[in-house]
Amino acid sequence: MKRIRWSRVVIVGVLTLGALGMILPYYWMVLSSIKPPEELYTYPPRFVVFHPTLKAYIELFTLLPMARALLNSVFVASAVTVSNLLFCSLAGYAFAKLRFPGRDGIFLVLLFSLMIPWQVNLIPGFVIIKQLGWLNSFWALIIPKLALPFGIFLCRQYIMSIPDALIEAARIDGCTELGIYRRVILPLIVPALATLAIFTFLAQWNDFVWPLIVIQSRDMRTVPLIIQVLNGQFGANFAMIMAGALVVTLPMLLIFLVFQRQFIRGVFLTTVRE
Amino acid sequence: MNGKLKLPSKADAGRGGGTWQPVAYLFIAPAVILFAIFVVVPIFASLYLSFTKYDVLHPPRWVGLSNFITLLTNDPRFWKAFRNTVSYVLGVVPIGVSIALVLAAALEELTRGKQIFKVLYFIPTVTSVVAISVVWKWLFAGEKYGLINYFLIQLGLQPIDWLLSPQWILPAIMIVSIWAGLGYNMVFFSAGISTIPSTLYEAAKVDGAGWWERFWHVTVPMLRPTLIFVVVMSVINSFQVFDQAYILTGGTGEGVGGVLDSGLTLVSYLYEQGFQHFRMGYASAIAYLMFGCVFGLTLVNLRMLRSR
Repeated sequence: MKRIRWSRVVIVGVLTLGALGMILPYYWMVLSSIKPPEELYTYPPRFVVFHPTLKAYIELFTLLPMARALLNSVFVASAVTVSNLLFCSLAGYAFAKLRFPGRDGIFLVLLFSLMIPWQVNLIPGFVIIKQLGWLNSFWALIIPKLALPFGIFLCRQYIMSIPDALIEAARIDGCTELGIYRRVILPLIVPALATLAIFTFLAQWNDFVWPLIVIQSRDMRTVPLIIQVLNGQFGANFAMIMAGALVVTLPMLLIFLVFQRQFIRGVFLTTVRE
Repeated sequence: MNGKLKLPSKADAGRGGGTWQPVAYLFIAPAVILFAIFVVVPIFASLYLSFTKYDVLHPPRWVGLSNFITLLTNDPRFWKAFRNTVSYVLGVVPIGVSIALVLAAALEELTRGKQIFKVLYFIPTVTSVVAISVVWKWLFAGEKYGLINYFLIQLGLQPIDWLLSPQWILPAIMIVSIWAGLGYNMVFFSAGISTIPSTLYEAAKVDGAGWWERFWHVTVPMLRPTLIFVVVMSVINSFQVFDQAYILTGGTGEGVGGVLDSGLTLVSYLYEQGFQHFRMGYASAIAYLMFGCVFGLTLVNLRMLRSR
């Protein structure tokens, strides 16, 4: 009896210590972003702030196009998410339930592409965007991501679990394929679409490498690129860098706290991505 | 995870008297056209470019295997990047997976409060790697302002110049990655552990096994399939590390590799060659060598999962 209780204490202790380690960097980020310089660079470091200031945030939004970057990120992530929901569910329906020559072949090619490391596409992707004259534009950030294979895969898997009888019944009632997609399939795959929406938005919001190579102009930067600029050019102003980090992480953190269960469950669905 | 990859059976495809729906092509058209332009074409273009000299401004010039030959026989920086990346993988994967496994096993012992811990450990997975890397950069800051050096001093150790010393930059990148990947790996282990029959644990308890013995003799062997899956996935992902390395070595005025290229990873080197020096053919060759490695790792993955 005694032994069990002891192990329980150790277990909770270890988990709590680990959890503190997970939270500490975020706490330090928030704290440092509102510290005035004389409290930021002290030894020993202080775990509280006596004279909080929003100076770093004001600098962030005035010295850099932070507001514009937020707008860019929201726009790009939303556009990509909406189009993935539409195109991936349409294609997923076709691959799961419709009969047409080449279906399995095309699908296998899509599946295979999930195994190819992303850096293989980086250079030709850049060259294609450059040839199209899309560097430094929304087109570069949005068009290549409109229908990602991962979403098609996810939708197809989910739609395959819908009984054929439902579809046949709708067909007998004279429903067109588009009608079946809209009235039968879409309402039934809402949970899958929710997962897809969350993960697509998250991936686009946090995406760094692609914007890094196709965007150079000041006004087209997405939020992670602002952090990169802060890191390179404002390397000594840690309050401002922490303010920037908070602006990038906070929206995703809030979405996560609201949809935590979908996120954690969604991990299993997203593993095929890379 | 696996086992779901089932194609519809032949019988399914043939039902309904072989009629097929041409409208299906309209449904898949947007996705397939985009896929062809932005995935299929680049895969072949990249292969072609890897046999050329290409600086974007002039048309690519065929050079045969010379990019590959230079990379493999006459480019110490490539090998430096390769060694760094392999060390990084060999550090991050075993340590990261072990910690995640132990924490998940501990978590599954709890009767209440599991979700709170899961949420806390999972947070780094949803926040931008670039953002958490700059936060860690501040934690790692040299001299005495950084929190980590403060803790080291409190423990009676010497402070470390993490980001500017050749021997510590790679461990710093590893620490960030291990920290950031814990929650993600834990989710898999938690799910795996919850499927282990509780009778096994009860039998072990009856035999007088303590927590650690139960972990080592029941949890670990029963989790073998999950363990293999997580390890291989981590190896493939870690092999392609870039964001953390780029940010932690950035802003030091030392280029993408940091001091003496000590933080140079394969993708960092690819990025530098392709997008800073505009040696796109050379960078494509790096990409294809990496593709070969990742492909090999994926085959190992599939074989291991099948032999389960």
